Amino acid sequence: MTDVLNPIEVHAEDHGHEEHHGPTGILKWMTTTDHKVIGMSYTITAVMMLVIGGLFAEIIRAQLASPNAGLVSLAQYNQLFTMHGSVMIYLFAGPFAFGALANFIVPIQIGAPDMAFPRLNALSYWLYLTGCITMLSGFFTSGGAANFGWVGYAPLSNSMNSPGAGADLWIGALLLTGFSAIFTGVNLAATIFYLRAPGMTMFRMPIFTWNMLVTGILILLAFPVLTAGLIMLYCDRHFGTHIFSVAGGGVPVLWQHIFWFWGHPEVYILALPFFGMVSEIIPVFSKKPTFGYKGMIFATLTIAALSLGVWAHHMFTTGVVLLPFFSAMSLLIAVPTGIKMFNWIGSMWRGQVWFSTAMLMSIGFVVTFLIGGITGIYLASPPLDFFTHDTYFIVAHFHSVVMALVLGAMGGLYYWGPKMTGYLLNEKIGKSQFWFLFIGTQVFTFPQYLLGLRGMPRRMAVYPHDAQWQFLNQLSTLGAVLIGISTILFVVNVIVSWKKYPAGDNPWDGHTLEWFTTSPPPHHNFYRLPKIRSERPTWDYNHPEHKALVHGHNHDEANA
Amino acid sequence: MKVEAKILLSLGTFFGIMCAVYWRWSVENAGGVMMLSGMLLCFLPGSYYFWWSRRMKDRPEDNPNATQEEGAGFVGTFPGSSIWPFVLGMGAFFTVLALVFGIWLLLPGLFLGGWAVLGGSGEGRRGGKH
Repeated sequence: MTDVLNPIEVHAEDHGHEEHHGPTGILKWMTTTDHKVIGMSYTITAVMMLVIGGLFAEIIRAQLASPNAGLVSLAQYNQLFTMHGSVMIYLFAGPFAFGALANFIVPIQIGAPDMAFPRLNALSYWLYLTGCITMLSGFFTSGGAANFGWVGYAPLSNSMNSPGAGADLWIGALLLTGFSAIFTGVNLAATIFYLRAPGMTMFRMPIFTWNMLVTGILILLAFPVLTAGLIMLYCDRHFGTHIFSVAGGGVPVLWQHIFWFWGHPEVYILALPFFGMVSEIIPVFSKKPTFGYKGMIFATLTIAALSLGVWAHHMFTTGVVLLPFFSAMSLLIAVPTGIKMFNWIGSMWRGQVWFSTAMLMSIGFVVTFLIGGITGIYLASPPLDFFTHDTYFIVAHFHSVVMALVLGAMGGLYYWGPKMTGYLLNEKIGKSQFWFLFIGTQVFTFPQYLLGLRGMPRRMAVYPHDAQWQFLNQLSTLGAVLIGISTILFVVNVIVSWKKYPAGDNPWDGHTLEWFTTSPPPHHNFYRLPKIRSERPTWDYNHPEHKALVHGHNHDEANA
Repeated sequence: MKVEAKILLSLGTFFGIMCAVYWRWSVENAGGVMMLSGMLLCFLPGSYYFWWSRRMKDRPEDNPNATQEEGAGFVGTFPGSSIWPFVLGMGAFFTVLALVFGIWLLLPGLFLGGWAVLGGSGEGRRGGKH
């Protein structure tokens, strides 16, 4: 039916699209500009950061299992929760999404030979890796790592309250990873705007690619603000400026404005890629086209638009922000997110659901994100926020959200891992990993919601015996242990399945172009490309008996 | 091209409206300035795409009925491998460490950075290794 023709000819300077001869070994890793190798480097580094950040979390939960535990000193506890948050947000969740999976998958999904700026892409990785080293090296300085919380609020982060190299290393690391993110954002947007295959119109792009485009735009809007703020903070600490200190006529709350003007779009920079992954996985394992393709894209764009106007909902209790504006905007974001929830369920509805590990992880994502999202709607209301601000209710809310992202990340690894390595992971271990992760997440967060409502503040290393917080804290620690076991199961699975189960090119009967090429894809990605007539060209090619459905509709029938 | 332009221009317009409402209503200026910058950042590439989308015919990737042959030909130069991003990254690393451990680290930082800029642009002109 559909005839396959040669893909776009790629001029790699000399010899077209044949085998690639380049350096090997460590030199290959250092000099590569191939988005697939860079994506793999990002994946491995980011998963290592997940494990390191997870270890910090396990120590924190062990400390909180009894009211007066002396596992770590109070100073060490401050460093641990700061570095747990910083590692997870700055070094794992974002880079894993836009550096690792997007870097690998997006060019292939649109039929491109590489990212638009391959050398800039490599630079992004080196800035990210050195940023990771810089931030973690704080632990080896005499004063220890940064200890002012991952938000670095002024005036706690000034040179008087937080002297020492750890804080400066934290600032330096964020400068490096910030530029890394900005370069990746530029690269994603340019790749998607300029390197699509013929016939791959904007409204035929896979939803993951759409979400990464919007993420790229959000990165460009948000990250420069953080970088500017960090330079101001550094000047306050070392050059005697008074931008964030009252003493010299500065405004401490300005730091919060700048930080959260980056920080809230950042929440969506973290979430949108995982929304995209789930939007790819659910239709494939339900054997259906995406339900409401255009609605999904509209929702993504609306989330991006609104996300720039909600930053001060993190600052309700400062008393100097416009409550009605930020409350209304925050509540509005629930609408596009609700559209996405509805469409994910719609994609599963009446499908032939195949409960593979990737699918289970995605369903786990939807459920857990729903819990995190609904508690977010509570928090958008200032009276409720005043009551729960800086309590464990907040901690529970955003851990529901980010643990949903971890579920999505694991779904993405099980789904695209075979494409990246050429080998499947063991499904049995994968499914037990899912149950440990999913149940662990709920056991971990639910007690924290209750603790927050009973008044337990966040960031405390010890708590009074008579407050009756111990049982709930122990339950939460049990949840953290279950999550830890699930991570160990993942590592075990990678070792056990190492080069054991060859995946073939298309193990899941996938929809999008990455399943058309080999696993792992060749240098410059494609030997041939199918005709692109809908948002699932590979499925159309493999199932010529079915007519290509544009956005799930048969247009001829609709017109008849 | 038209869709790309529309996305950026409508995002920018929305930020502009939000900025006007916020600036009129609130008592602080930082948020207004940041939203104004967001609007400009969307308008800059958005208007560029809009300008060109009206002057050029649809690219093969904008044509829903395009065949793969229409995209055949020269796409761009994709370097197979390059050491310069690594050198530049190390330069940036040392420069950031200079912020923390002492100004002397700027020497290797700027040296590596400068070397990478020269080497990288030279490679760009020659076309690079494969």
